[in-house]
Amino acid sequence: MNSKKICILDYGSGNVRSVFNILFALGKDVIVSNRPEDILAGSHIILPGVGAFGTSMEKIKKTIHLDILENEIIRNKKPFLGICVGMQVLADRGFEFGEHVGLGWIHGEVKKMSTGGLPLPHIGWNNVSIAKQTPLLNGLSVDQDFYFVHSYVFKEENNENVIAKTEYGEQFNSIISKDNIFGVQFHPEKSQKAGKLLLENFLSLR
Amino acid sequence: MKKNRLIPVLLLKNGWLVQSKGFKRHQNLGNPVTAVKRLSEWAADEIIYLDISKEETYDIRREDQGYPNRSSFVEIIEDVAKVTFMPMTVGGKIQNLSDIEKRLSLGADKISINTQALDDRKFIAHAAREFGSQCVVVSIDAKRINDKYLVMSRGGQEKTSYDPVKWAKIVEAEGAGEILLNSIDRDGAKTGYDIELLSAVSESVKIPVIALGGVGEWGHFAEAFDKTKVDAVAAANIFNYTDQSVYRAKTYLYENGYNVRSPDLLIIK
Repeated sequence: MNSKKICILDYGSGNVRSVFNILFALGKDVIVSNRPEDILAGSHIILPGVGAFGTSMEKIKKTIHLDILENEIIRNKKPFLGICVGMQVLADRGFEFGEHVGLGWIHGEVKKMSTGGLPLPHIGWNNVSIAKQTPLLNGLSVDQDFYFVHSYVFKEENNENVIAKTEYGEQFNSIISKDNIFGVQFHPEKSQKAGKLLLENFLSLR
Repeated sequence: MKKNRLIPVLLLKNGWLVQSKGFKRHQNLGNPVTAVKRLSEWAADEIIYLDISKEETYDIRREDQGYPNRSSFVEIIEDVAKVTFMPMTVGGKIQNLSDIEKRLSLGADKISINTQALDDRKFIAHAAREFGSQCVVVSIDAKRINDKYLVMSRGGQEKTSYDPVKWAKIVEAEGAGEILLNSIDRDGAKTGYDIELLSAVSESVKIPVIALGGVGEWGHFAEAFDKTKVDAVAAANIFNYTDQSVYRAKTYLYENGYNVRSPDLLIIK
């Protein structure tokens, strides 16, 4: 058996249960928590998210010890995965319902999609075109479908950090990454086989 | 490119999965949790659970299948969320925001409202503001009466004053994210979708319309994509009676060039 322990950060976001369910079904040692000892004990950290940028950041700041988290992620390089809004808050700033400061772990801004008339939110299965290989995508085809639900997108400052793109009226970043930090705009926990594979890959990092 | 979706609908009555005909006759098909496992293995794009019980009695006496007796629809949803990893919409008997919150917290991604929206259209706006449009599906049951379509409420039992196009525009304006459009006349008829109804509604709104009611063969799915602007096709009975149904339906559409996810069979422990 391995000693991997996943900590799903609990800050009152809606889809925590779904992320827990899939990892539990995959037989993983997983906990939903915001306690410092669980963040310290976790080998892999996941930040799920549904909802608006500002509200999410506010809840994160209120419920999670950011200094401890940042030390584990930035300094100790624990693999980190942000899902949907959990990816968006990695940016420096977000512009949903006003301007809000993000975690700033990957430089960029979160702005409303310009879809050229297509309805928002962007809901449904769409293909993720891989621009740059990473171990996170091992075994996935270059054009895999994942399930999306969002209206805002991560506009990166540094093209180096873009792993995959998706098209919905405009091309947007569906996967970003910097060192041990990964962000996915789609919901792997709702993306069946492809989602499971991506999560397994994430857990095999390190 | 965003794909068109193929969505099995599971009708639950008193905790049992049922087949429905004309919104009146219901035949027991078994345990809803084992059914959803099958649908997951066949790679359905999403799943819709509708509770059509008239009374508050829930009873699944199948402990042999490893699921405890469940006393409410909400508990059944909790069980289902543990075995399915695709988007799930839950509808039936939703009357207030806390009903919605409860279903979302148990693992539903969207909720579907019908009668409550007809009773109080502002409920749609309140739900959308609280939880986001993306999780608010308004389900519309339409029936043809004297050559005109009418929206029906209370599980098809009561007439309203709305025609489906007018009501669809209202629910879109109130903030609904999607419309699930069902034809009462075609329910269980196997003669194909009500194309006239689907095209009238899907051309009058920008939000996605999900077609429901009447599918008897795979070609009926194709017909809806060919002749209307629906974003997704749904069905209940056909998916539960045919082995590997979703997989086979998707293979049919995929091989005929429709914009759907490639068919897949998943092995689930």
